[in-house]
Amino acid sequence: KTSFNCIFNVSFSLRFKPFRRRPLPAQRKYMRSPLTPEMATQEVQLNETLAHLKTESETLKSKLEEERAKLHDVELHQVAEKVEGLGQFVMKTRRTLKGHGNKVLCMDWCKDKRRIVSSSQDGKVIVWDAFTTNKEHAVTMPCTWVMACAYAPSGCAVACGGLDNKCSVYPLSLDKNENLAAKKKSVAMHTNYLSACSFTNSDMQILTSSGDGTCALWDVESGQLLQSFHGHAADVLCLDLAPSETGNTFVSGGCDKKANVWDMRSGQCIQSFETHESDINSVRYYPSGDAFASGSDDATCRLYDLRADREVAIYSKESIIFGVSSVDFSLSGRLLFGGYNDYTINVWDVLKGTRVSILFGHENRVSTLRVSPDGTAFCTGSWDHTLRIWA
Amino acid sequence: MAEGSKDQASTGTTDPEEDSPNMIVYRKIEDIVTRIQDEKAGGVAIRTVKSFLSKIPSVVSGADIVQWLMKNLSIEDPAEAIHLGSLVAAHGYIFPISDHVLTLKDDGTLYRFQSPYFWPSNCWEPENTDYAIYLCKRTMQNKARLELADYEAENLARLQRAFARKWEFIFMQAEAQVKIDRKKDKAERKILDSQERAFWDVHRPVPGCVNTTEMDIRKCRRERNPHRVKKSVYGVPDDGQSQPSPIHISSQPTRKPTKEDVQKEITFLNTQLDRHCMKVSKVADSLMTYTEHRDPSQQRVKKWGFSLEEALKDPTGRDQFLKFLESEFSSENLRFWLAVQDLKRRPLQDVPSRAQEIWQEFLAEGAPSSINLDSHSYERTSQNLKDPGRYSYEDAQEHIFKLMKSDSYARFLRSNIYQDLLLARKKGKSLTGKRLTGLMQSS
Repeated sequence: KTSFNCIFNVSFSLRFKPFRRRPLPAQRKYMRSPLTPEMATQEVQLNETLAHLKTESETLKSKLEEERAKLHDVELHQVAEKVEGLGQFVMKTRRTLKGHGNKVLCMDWCKDKRRIVSSSQDGKVIVWDAFTTNKEHAVTMPCTWVMACAYAPSGCAVACGGLDNKCSVYPLSLDKNENLAAKKKSVAMHTNYLSACSFTNSDMQILTSSGDGTCALWDVESGQLLQSFHGHAADVLCLDLAPSETGNTFVSGGCDKKANVWDMRSGQCIQSFETHESDINSVRYYPSGDAFASGSDDATCRLYDLRADREVAIYSKESIIFGVSSVDFSLSGRLLFGGYNDYTINVWDVLKGTRVSILFGHENRVSTLRVSPDGTAFCTGSWDHTLRIWA
Repeated sequence: MAEGSKDQASTGTTDPEEDSPNMIVYRKIEDIVTRIQDEKAGGVAIRTVKSFLSKIPSVVSGADIVQWLMKNLSIEDPAEAIHLGSLVAAHGYIFPISDHVLTLKDDGTLYRFQSPYFWPSNCWEPENTDYAIYLCKRTMQNKARLELADYEAENLARLQRAFARKWEFIFMQAEAQVKIDRKKDKAERKILDSQERAFWDVHRPVPGCVNTTEMDIRKCRRERNPHRVKKSVYGVPDDGQSQPSPIHISSQPTRKPTKEDVQKEITFLNTQLDRHCMKVSKVADSLMTYTEHRDPSQQRVKKWGFSLEEALKDPTGRDQFLKFLESEFSSENLRFWLAVQDLKRRPLQDVPSRAQEIWQEFLAEGAPSSINLDSHSYERTSQNLKDPGRYSYEDAQEHIFKLMKSDSYARFLRSNIYQDLLLARKKGKSLTGKRLTGLMQSS
């Protein structure tokens, strides 16, 4: 019917008016050229298939939620009722590290439990002795917003990156006069900002996450890409490697509100959790490796159990309305420390789900938080240009 | 809520900016601020306060705000309420009427609420031309209380240098604003002036104060239309010279899912459904074995062998030791020790009666669970009980502890009860170990 009309109108217009393109029927607005009947049917079929697939996907998601709900047994905090409560403990700032010229964005501890590397919006990466507060090394990156930094397990190098879309490794020399920038090695290349990086259990490999929506595993020596991890639908903001005894996996969190667990060897996503209501800024494994915690812009921290394959606890309060930027566990896993965008640190009893303590001190957002390797202290970095050691 | 946001990539009906992290916080603050102002629903009373020769309209005291926050947001510590209130102020939703520094004080300091027109959620990014017009306007209003602060005077001087060529235009705009302001009602003007000042305190904060409009660069790309024309506070048309913000780099639009993407997702979801999902979460399971005295690990059982203190620290260890003592009909020692431990944790008012009960059960003449105390400790304890306190039994407890340590504890470690646990765990663990790794491999 349509084709008949077209021919009819075209012949009319050729005779009486200059040719005027007929507006296309509504459902084919995206097509730029006039359709043949065959193409029209094909296009409609493809659209139906995509819509059909989406429906199937949504149905499966609901089914999965149903199954998870069926297996839902008693809540973690109910089991924890029998556990002794934690006593009052006072944590204070024991050291303040001053020296960055702008917001501190990231920090990491050295395995020697004493040294710290931190990176800032001003492009500087500084290595500190946390005990004496002395600066041991300083590097100026060619870009601002150095959002990620990590200490190598050997303590002999640091990795960092940010708006330059790269992750670079700097070997640390004992000679403080030596120009560190000269020995810089570019390892990772992403197509958007580097959000997080971490050495695996050796100095030889680095795991990175990026605003380009992917994570990647790199060989440090050659700069070769060993494995890439696709699955997030938006920027990946954080990652954490599983404790070495529990195998080759890591967890990542992103702006798509998802936390994904990956197999490092195959590159496959083996588990996915989507219960947060906004960006996940930080993920950290529970010390036993059986679970992980996440912190999000929805002002909550959550605990996900890997065996039960679901969220098992939410740490939130009516009075906490600002997002969580960074989380870490105490050595035993009984406590969860959260750095928040309201300048505070909230300490949670992981098992009972209650808040144990709130710590004030920073004068702007807390952007990063890590517990020391021996669990005796934790360090926070903030937009107020300082780092603080708490114990 | 999760469903809605999943759809938005395809339908595009939800405003993506509502999802942005900043907006989430703003909406929460706005909810709080709206509730505080709703007097009928338990909000604070907003009044006009008489001061010297004039009246101060539409104000609330800081103390009232702190009280409201504590009551309505379940905050126990006033310091926390003050901190939260200060953040609400720092973001520009409430402000002190006589200070540029936006913090909340828990006293009679007077505060006013910001007009929704100036709320940060309206995505204001005021240009320096607007700020120049504002400062210029302020100098034209010849009133002592509206005098520029030092930092404002410095800012004005700097802007005059920067906008030297278009200063005439700015001056004219300022004059126009003054004319408009003069037409308004006096009381209304007081309120509007203060709100306008608070707006600039947020966007051009006092040196040393936190600039709450700073954004995390990772979240900036979210904005749909970074190149939209920014609205001017004073209606100054955009002369095309305003630079688009450097942080709004031309980003790839949020990827629409392709057929392959959805197919991958379906495969993944099917795998998830087929997985063996254990019923109990591992964390909860570990917790239950610890508290319900089930299946202690070999490591734990070994620990009980280190010292009596270690064994008693662990609730399962305590349980097993008690079981052993019961088999020897000598459990009264441990039960006494546990009762005294419990006494130390009781609330003060319960202590005297509980202490008496312990005496009756374990130490009195003809007590049902009579323990064996030397005469010296016995005398001391009965003296203590004339004025019973938490530590009345310290002496006796120490004595009984030493007795258990030197006598029963050693026999416990050699007992079947303990040895069975220690050895049985060895066999048990490898079996469980194999099962667990098997599960992990299959998933």
